Amino acid sequence: MKSVCLFFQVHQPFRHRRYRFFDIGNDHYYYDDYSNETIMRKVAEKSYLPTNKLLLNLADKLEGKFKVSFSITGLALEQFDLYAPEVIDSFKDLSKTGCIEFLSETYSHSLSSLKDKHIFKKQVKLHDEHIFALFGHRPRVFRNTEMIYSDEIGAQIAEMGYQGILTEGAKHILGWKSPNFMYVNAINPRLKVLMRNFKLSDDISFRFSNKDWSEFPLTAEKFVGWLESLDAKEEVINIFLSYESFGERQPKESGIFDFFENLAKKIVESPELKFATPSEVIEELQPVSAVNVPHAISWADEERDLTAWLGNNMQKEAFDKLYELRKRVEKCKNEEIIKDWNYLQVSDHFYYMSTKYYSHGAKSNQFNPFDTPYEAFINYMNVLSDFKIRLNSVVPESEVENEIASLHKIIDEKEKKIKKMEADIQRLRKGRKRKS
Amino acid sequence: MKVLMFGWEFPPHISGGLGTACYGLTKGLTELKNIDVIFVVPKAFGDEDQTGMQLIGANNVAINQRVVQFDDIQKKIDYYEVDSSIVPYVSEDEFWKLKSGKYSKETKFIQTDEGYKIDFSGSYGVNLFQEIKNYAFVAEVIAKKNSFDIIHAHDWLAYPAGMAAKNTTGKPLIIHVHATEFDRSGGNVNPGVYAIEREGMEVADKIIAVSNLTRNTIIEKYNIPPEKIITVYNAVEPVGDTRLPIIKKGVNEKVVTFLGRITMQKGPEYFIEAANLVLRKMNNVRFVMAGSGDMMDGMISRVADLGITDKFHFTGFLQGDDVFQMFEMTDVFVMPSISEPFGIVPLEAMQSGVPVIISNQSGVAEILENAMKIDFWDTHAMADAMFGLLNYPSLAEHFKMEGKQEVDNLKWINSAAHVKEVYESTLSSVNI
Repeated sequence: MKSVCLFFQVHQPFRHRRYRFFDIGNDHYYYDDYSNETIMRKVAEKSYLPTNKLLLNLADKLEGKFKVSFSITGLALEQFDLYAPEVIDSFKDLSKTGCIEFLSETYSHSLSSLKDKHIFKKQVKLHDEHIFALFGHRPRVFRNTEMIYSDEIGAQIAEMGYQGILTEGAKHILGWKSPNFMYVNAINPRLKVLMRNFKLSDDISFRFSNKDWSEFPLTAEKFVGWLESLDAKEEVINIFLSYESFGERQPKESGIFDFFENLAKKIVESPELKFATPSEVIEELQPVSAVNVPHAISWADEERDLTAWLGNNMQKEAFDKLYELRKRVEKCKNEEIIKDWNYLQVSDHFYYMSTKYYSHGAKSNQFNPFDTPYEAFINYMNVLSDFKIRLNSVVPESEVENEIASLHKIIDEKEKKIKKMEADIQRLRKGRKRKS
Repeated sequence: MKVLMFGWEFPPHISGGLGTACYGLTKGLTELKNIDVIFVVPKAFGDEDQTGMQLIGANNVAINQRVVQFDDIQKKIDYYEVDSSIVPYVSEDEFWKLKSGKYSKETKFIQTDEGYKIDFSGSYGVNLFQEIKNYAFVAEVIAKKNSFDIIHAHDWLAYPAGMAAKNTTGKPLIIHVHATEFDRSGGNVNPGVYAIEREGMEVADKIIAVSNLTRNTIIEKYNIPPEKIITVYNAVEPVGDTRLPIIKKGVNEKVVTFLGRITMQKGPEYFIEAANLVLRKMNNVRFVMAGSGDMMDGMISRVADLGITDKFHFTGFLQGDDVFQMFEMTDVFVMPSISEPFGIVPLEAMQSGVPVIISNQSGVAEILENAMKIDFWDTHAMADAMFGLLNYPSLAEHFKMEGKQEVDNLKWINSAAHVKEVYESTLSSVNI
């Protein structure tokens, strides 16, 4: 019996507004509330809410035989809270069915795993706490930003106590091997590695409504037929998707929801197939071998590497300049700064700076707020410059700045005092008026 | 295939992009197989680079030896019965003597020098309209004297010449629009120029525009059917390896440069406003406005009004090597043109490894990838782009590398091949 392991990524970044250099040092608000809200509302209504409803329905009808897993980034959760709180409620309803497993992730959907162990750990911890607070669930399996994985990252994840990790079944890694087995980390074999079957996953998320595709139209029967006709020895089919594939990338009119509903029913009915969450897969299956990933892979582009985020020098400069600040942010207690720090780390910012596909004239992401990677870069660096100034005033770089910071602190304290006294005066005045 | 090409200027005697573009294209064409070019300019100085082509100066064509079928282009009459010659006259006195003689009314008098050649200044002087007319007369002579398959005329100054040659020989005419009167005048269109342009476009068998921007102007402002117009982008001559000794920048500051005529069309005032914005935020930068033009005085006083004269410099008109020296010192080049049919200068800047900011209102923005593109009126975006390029090294580095590579791949031979296709399709459609 083969397991079908479904996983969905839920993420939305806080997009920056046009932040000109005149704003540096003058205006510390970086976000485009309007577009963040509009996009969140749109995606929630077209994708998150109807798909959650469908899943809830399936969990109910198929009596616990239907199972899926999610990783919802901290930033997505924050945006739900701000703009679409009903999405959180519907995820809570889903989690009560017991058919859902929440996976661990970085809070900001960040690239911190590539830079600093400590920051990475902190990001993951923050995310898990958030998930626990909302859903009462402690993740045991990890899924890194955009499926980024290497032997080292895996080893660290094992060290952090996770049992498994999800990644891309990249061709150049697997070679002749099939992704439809369970593998283990090359450094620490206790960590199980689930590899995405990109062919079958992309059939749903990218090709489903493509009329030029030779398999169009894709029906549930056809898809289940493919699953059943796989080699008898193969054990697990990992279908990992972006959640927006339902209703957003593949619109409702394409019949994606009906397809998915039928697919779930057919899989449950099939004598050879069953649903399993990543944790169940890890418990049930025996790994076949270790998988060697010396250089980081991801699920992006044909190359399945990091070049979408760190491919050009601008991306690298922005990335380095950001994480240069990490030591000082560590010392910082200011909540606003920490919040902005989390938002600044989002991988999407680096993705907007990619020159890879820009040259083909195609904007690969319809939610990319920038016309060119250069604008994206300048905008981000302007924001980062302002962030640095703020950080300096709290956690100074040099002695002079240290002095200024302590003066700032005194001023702040004095101001608080003045405010308090003013309030006192007002109160006393009012009291006197009443008396007279 | 032999092409008779009419231009107005040819390097090294040029005043703008037209001569450079004509030279590049002609050179590209001669590198192709089976193409010969006769290039005609009003005034040949003799020191032009003529490798692989033949350059004729209209000033060197003796017209008294030729019988010209006369056609008054101003009156638009198809055919003249009188097979009259243009009667050259040498001085005012002689002119009156001749005029009182017994020549038919349609005979035209043209002042020539002692060798019976017409003197052309070859520049954009006061007698421009007269020169254009004269040029057209001589074009007839040249057209009769040479054999060729197709006529190619560059910009309005040469359209009458092209039309005259077409009329005399019946060969197809291609006109090449490097700029229209709407670009040059910024709205105050000279009706005389417009009439010549429009007539040229109507008479032409095919029109080549240097960008889609220009193509749209031709469609909208001159009412030419779109299928008649083909866009062929310009390219840039590769710079030789023999580099000039690099002048060291005298200041330890970044330099942002505007280079071009200081006229309305080029948008110099937007550059100044953006410079002012940048100077409010950073100090270690200087701005240079290189060029001259009718708006220069106004620009100087604007800079003074803003109180940034200590950081803003005017160089006057730069030419040849000075341009390259200027690029050597430049950290960011800006072309904020309001209306630029193509715009070759940013390509030259990129050849020197200078990052460029160009306006979306320039034809070159249609093909360039490694450039910051802004709307000319958006001085905030322009300033932000300048600031970004000056302060975030990887961006400038990216443009230096990628921009150089991109521009090195913009070769005139490719543009020329495209032009050749236009010739071929025109010839085949005319011959049917």
